[in-house]
Amino acid sequence: MESRTTSRRTFLSLSMGLPLGAALAACGSSGPTKPGGGGGGGGAKATYWYLSTQPQEGIRTAAMERFNKANPNGQIAGTTFQNDAFKTKIKTAIGAGQAPTIIWGWGGGGLRSYVQAGQVEDLTSWFGQNAAVKDRLFPSSFGAATVDGKIYAMPCETVQPIVLYYNKKLFEQIGAQPPQSWGDIMDLVPKFNAKGIAPFSLGGQSRWTNMMWLEFLFDRIGGSEVFQAVFDGQKDAWSHPAAIDALTKMQALIKANGFIKGFSSITADSNADQALLYTGKAAMMLHGGWTYGSMSKDGGDFVSGGSLGYMNFPPVDGGKGDPSDTVGNPGQYMSISAKATPEQKEIAKKFFASLLSDEEIKAWVGAGSVPIVKGADSAFTSSKDAEWLKFVYGIASNAKTFAQSWDQALSPTAAEVLLDNIAKLFQLSISPQQFTTNMNAVIGK
Amino acid sequence: MIPTSAGPGQPSARARGGRNLSLAWLTVPALVFFVGFGVIPLVGVLALSFTTWDGIGDIHFSGFTSWHAVLTDPGLPHALWVTFLIMALSWLVQTPASILLGVFLAGAQRYRAVLSVLYFIPLLLSSAAIAITYKALLDPNFGLGAGLKIALLSQDWLGRPGLALGVVVFVVSWQFIPFHSLIYQGGVRQIPKSMYEAAELDGAGRVRKFFSITLPQLKYTMITSTTLVLVGSLTFFDLIFVLTAGGPGDATRVLALDMYKRGFQANLMGPASAIALILVFVGLALSLLLRRLGGGKADHSQMEGA
Repeated sequence: MESRTTSRRTFLSLSMGLPLGAALAACGSSGPTKPGGGGGGGGAKATYWYLSTQPQEGIRTAAMERFNKANPNGQIAGTTFQNDAFKTKIKTAIGAGQAPTIIWGWGGGGLRSYVQAGQVEDLTSWFGQNAAVKDRLFPSSFGAATVDGKIYAMPCETVQPIVLYYNKKLFEQIGAQPPQSWGDIMDLVPKFNAKGIAPFSLGGQSRWTNMMWLEFLFDRIGGSEVFQAVFDGQKDAWSHPAAIDALTKMQALIKANGFIKGFSSITADSNADQALLYTGKAAMMLHGGWTYGSMSKDGGDFVSGGSLGYMNFPPVDGGKGDPSDTVGNPGQYMSISAKATPEQKEIAKKFFASLLSDEEIKAWVGAGSVPIVKGADSAFTSSKDAEWLKFVYGIASNAKTFAQSWDQALSPTAAEVLLDNIAKLFQLSISPQQFTTNMNAVIGK
Repeated sequence: MIPTSAGPGQPSARARGGRNLSLAWLTVPALVFFVGFGVIPLVGVLALSFTTWDGIGDIHFSGFTSWHAVLTDPGLPHALWVTFLIMALSWLVQTPASILLGVFLAGAQRYRAVLSVLYFIPLLLSSAAIAITYKALLDPNFGLGAGLKIALLSQDWLGRPGLALGVVVFVVSWQFIPFHSLIYQGGVRQIPKSMYEAAELDGAGRVRKFFSITLPQLKYTMITSTTLVLVGSLTFFDLIFVLTAGGPGDATRVLALDMYKRGFQANLMGPASAIALILVFVGLALSLLLRRLGGGKADHSQMEGA
């Protein structure tokens, strides 16, 4: 009797302990590769986390593998994440002191929060010693890498302005021309809807997709200084008359059924918004330059057959903004974790110097992107996407203002409130006035 | 089970003390886990709720600012409302369906055993997988409705506040009804046959037997299942996060999601910790309330003498 009781209790505590123990073990291994744990075997290892969307993922991986081949004693171990998952994961990892050696990101407000916490290396003096690394890149790419006059990140990869894509076949079908102004856009909406075609595709659940519309409307109506005032933390900057006008125009487009049915449950991570454009369900889409690559890859002959049209966002009648202005990502960024070991930091710096080699430039151009290297346009002529690449290069080099995406420029706290309110604005559950009130409350936070 | 009566082989007091001690030791593993994963984090969260921390930099003590920010935010009553709405609706859907299914499956027929295995399948799937599947099926442009060209099915299921809430309740119920049916099936099988035989002698029909015997006898099963539904839906996160991400707007933003968004997307660990504590309080209050409702008196059983 006695022993049976005991064994039952043992069993109970065991059965409680086992799943917990398993959970514990899972916790330990889910942090992909432990930084600093490089002593295990072979040379020192630096860690590197990056995004998993193709075709960009393949190019990042190839650049890393080339580096690893050339440096058998100091290697880099990479781990990939989906876009939205990465944003959360990297913050948590940095806060927990478990950051990878190389922190990939978008610069701006996110980088600023890492800098304020002392989590990333100051690279100013390294760039001073390696002027050649700095001088071959677009100067505009360093803005979002600079915090209080010091450089904390290595600009890398490509310049990604946001452009207005359209499906040429659908425009032929209704016999219309691409919009030259906001008025044209509003006129096109009923024409497409009458044919059962959605005027615009939108992955609204991702929220930053909606934000791109506001970025352009603010700029075209009131000029780049409207958002600059928000960024500088001026009191009540969101109450600018141009802001109210832009928000009102935005809701007017939504009310006119300008966007695909169900846009608020479509995510950009699944590329469903792009699929709507190339399958002919939607006529236009405002999206980042990076989608050109994925549409060529997934869209069959849509891009290669010349059905994809693109243009800079048209001006708004009576607006003050410069029509050459653009927004988007002036580059991507890599920082070095302050918590990494000296060896890991050395590997990372060596890796930075090896970035955007001729092979990598060729790969980016091949994927339809413009690398942030001066004179990269000389590599375009041989590309099948030459026309597109010249278009992007032209936008990037001619833009009077190349503004950074708002959610990347602002602090994470303000960005979350912004995205939340944008989702509600697009849901028509708040008015432009409520939007400005809510946003004014987090200025400078 | 432990022999307490004095017998010829009664162990000495010292040996007995040692035995009790060794029994106490057996609770140590469970206790360590409970303290390590339950109590210590809870204390940590309590401490964090009085600080300002962005999850990356230094932690600063800031008194009640986080609590003030959370309690004055109109998002809190909204999140509470959504949480309780989902809780109440999923109880209303799950409980009757589970009781009926449980009673049905308690029968000894072979085909019912086969069906009960089939019903069990949703329970084997992970919430994230279920959410991704439903999201794909309900997509208004590429989903089931659009594919089969059925207008009724091609609604904007996850894009309208009311519909999205309904879908969440439906998917939650779809996932958990099998589990609760299982609990009720066990409960029904415990009811003594003699009660039904007596009722039949008195001329009671099927419906009368169900309402006069089965339902009252399932009282404690119902309380168990209700506690699991209510407290479980408080912490509901993964399915909603993948399915709607709290949207459209904030129509399905339950308290647990609000906590996550504040903590890990807006980098406001203080307010997020305050919401975590509110969740703990609401959960404790609920299960306490249900225990009271249940009476908790073992001598209330109607099975005695049966």
